[in-house]
Amino acid sequence: MARFRVCPDSGFYFDKSAESLMKVNAVAAAVSLLIAGIMALGVILTRWQEVHLLPADLFYQALTLHGINALIFWIIFFEIAIMYFAASTLLRCRLAAPKWAWTGFVLMIIGAVMNNVAVFQGRSSVMMTSYAPMQAEPHFYLGLILFAVGALIGCFVFLGTLVIAKDEKTYEGSIPLVTFGALTACIIAVFTIACGAIILIPTFLWSIGYINHIDAAMYRLVWWGLGHSSQQINVAAHVSVWYLIAGVLFGARPMSEKVSRSAFLLYILFLQLASAHHILVDPGISSEWKVFNTSYAMYLAVLASMIHGLTVPGSVEVAQRAKGLTKGMFEWLRKAPWDNPVFSGFFLSLIIFGFIGGITGVVMGTEQINLIIHNTIYVPAHFHATVAVGTTLAFMALTYLLIPVLFRRALFLPWVAKMQPYVFSAGMTLMILFMLGAGTLGVSRRHWDMDFTGALLSFEYPGTAYVMMAVAGIGGVLGVLGGVMYLVVTVGSLVFGKKLDESAGFLQSFGLPLPAATYNISRADPVPMAPRLAVEEHGSAGFEAPGTFVLAMALLVCFVVYYFINWGYLASVWPLS
Amino acid sequence: MTSFLPPSERIWWKVPIGRQELVWIGIALVWCLIMFFMMPYWHLYGKQNLSNEAYQTTPASFQAKVDGMVEQYKVGEEAGMPVVRPPAGSDIYMLGRLWQWYPILELEKDKSYRLHLSSMDWNHGFSLQPVNINLQIIPGYEMVLTVTPDQIGDYAVVCNEYCGIGHHTMLGKIYVKEI
Repeated sequence: MARFRVCPDSGFYFDKSAESLMKVNAVAAAVSLLIAGIMALGVILTRWQEVHLLPADLFYQALTLHGINALIFWIIFFEIAIMYFAASTLLRCRLAAPKWAWTGFVLMIIGAVMNNVAVFQGRSSVMMTSYAPMQAEPHFYLGLILFAVGALIGCFVFLGTLVIAKDEKTYEGSIPLVTFGALTACIIAVFTIACGAIILIPTFLWSIGYINHIDAAMYRLVWWGLGHSSQQINVAAHVSVWYLIAGVLFGARPMSEKVSRSAFLLYILFLQLASAHHILVDPGISSEWKVFNTSYAMYLAVLASMIHGLTVPGSVEVAQRAKGLTKGMFEWLRKAPWDNPVFSGFFLSLIIFGFIGGITGVVMGTEQINLIIHNTIYVPAHFHATVAVGTTLAFMALTYLLIPVLFRRALFLPWVAKMQPYVFSAGMTLMILFMLGAGTLGVSRRHWDMDFTGALLSFEYPGTAYVMMAVAGIGGVLGVLGGVMYLVVTVGSLVFGKKLDESAGFLQSFGLPLPAATYNISRADPVPMAPRLAVEEHGSAGFEAPGTFVLAMALLVCFVVYYFINWGYLASVWPLS
Repeated sequence: MTSFLPPSERIWWKVPIGRQELVWIGIALVWCLIMFFMMPYWHLYGKQNLSNEAYQTTPASFQAKVDGMVEQYKVGEEAGMPVVRPPAGSDIYMLGRLWQWYPILELEKDKSYRLHLSSMDWNHGFSLQPVNINLQIIPGYEMVLTVTPDQIGDYAVVCNEYCGIGHHTMLGKIYVKEI
């Protein structure tokens, strides 16, 4: 039975059932992003104090919807698509148990809809974190549980596909680095979903009256096993996407398979400990526990990220230099395809994730420094640098790559796509930097009114804080505009984009397979090993990517300076012991 | 085209690592260790550390302690809320509830107090402004820490953990005076 087609432009193989599942998951992700983006506009225009758009109840409702749709639904739907791509397409393997995969997808859709309905009904504005004993409606929790079960099924379909690929020898040697990264994401996802089950199932039973008490501190501890680890799935997934894009655009190869894979292994071993970041100023948790966990043992997961920070751009530099772009330190970067949104999205995601998201994350995750940052607007600033720019922009860049390959459509309004990564990242960076500043001035996150209207007592933030929130507002609006541009290009491409296959019609964009004749390969040749290079025999003695090394050192200098500035700032507050 | 192809060497883990990566890994590892040891260092030599002291409690028993302190040391009232001036070095209490921090505390500069914090209902965030010290206050748990206010002034306690529709009206006060 013929089940594969080959994309004539990219050479990627698509299994018929995996292809449909990738499409529907990607479309569901985009719909989630749309809801998240609309809500983002409401949130940012309310936090911009001079505009103060929404009343309090709608603000908290919008914030809950924004958080859940952006951080959970958009990203996990997309990640399921990436996992299927990394297993089925990259290994030229049939997807394991497609019926189970569809069951998982349907559960995820039911869960996402149910959860959104609960929040829209208005009695579940409990934020993404839904800290007990604040209670949401039962279907709020049930929706999340169903979604998680569906995602778990997706993880097992991915793992099953790896097993089949190995068994049927669909590739030579070891699995590719990108698939290895996706496997890392999958392992972290299984851990994450287990934590979610442990906390959300009792919370659901509590909301319908079967359990009478959920300990508030225990809830926070276990919930963050879900809440933070789910963001670690993103890190593993978007680092894999970076490697994939570097490979597709430049033919880049990992500088060292061993180093990059060891870095992923460090993620598996240590990344989840960072759930401790959220409970550093909680009562009842000892300093020893905090120091060990918040630092991922001894910052071993930070080490892993710093390694990827060198090896991802380093692999691009080596590939570019091999093509003759060897002038000076940065010709390879200057002459990169900056007008290709796949590249610009990838590279901006990498830079902003590392320089802003990474540095602020480590600083605020330091046990004592967290005292001056916990729950200020500094925190959402940090995770917008990691998730909204790091992960989301990487996924956007990948979308531009997949539209012709997977959906067989040309990009709609390519000039909009060309500008989109710049508009999105400029807006988000502006918002992030000024939110970081406002957080340093003590402005609270998840707070409707920095004027404290209606409070019996009074407090005024400094005028600078208002200015910063206003600039953040402008940046946020620009970021939303970047999001709109993304959705216009992607949805437009699926509906109006030039067909690259005659049969890539409207329904094919939304999951229907192409006509049966397109799938004309029943058994693909095994994926060959990458061609050898002489340098791999002995390892490079020189610095193969000096420009990248300069960038990495610049990152380190920023990191060190900013880290100690924050210790200095901490030293100036009231002594506590 | 290789990061998405199987490695070019079957035994890829035996391929030596290039010098550039080794140097970077070395530098990064040293930095990671410095950051790690900064935390215990600050516990020994820094002045801003949380104690590990905390107790399980109930809203009723914590409320009783707060009321005891208010009764004994009340010196005035502001906006219907008692202002309390407990003696330096004593145990002082503040509770968070929907939607206030209770009571108002008056402290002496450069004196240490054992501050007890808890919540009567949901999670709250104790955010002392403009100093910017932030603590998580959890119902059922009593957090104890020694504070030494080192500057005179009127300080506000903002709630920075979302606690429902009146969250933004939840403000408290701590006055630091030279007595």
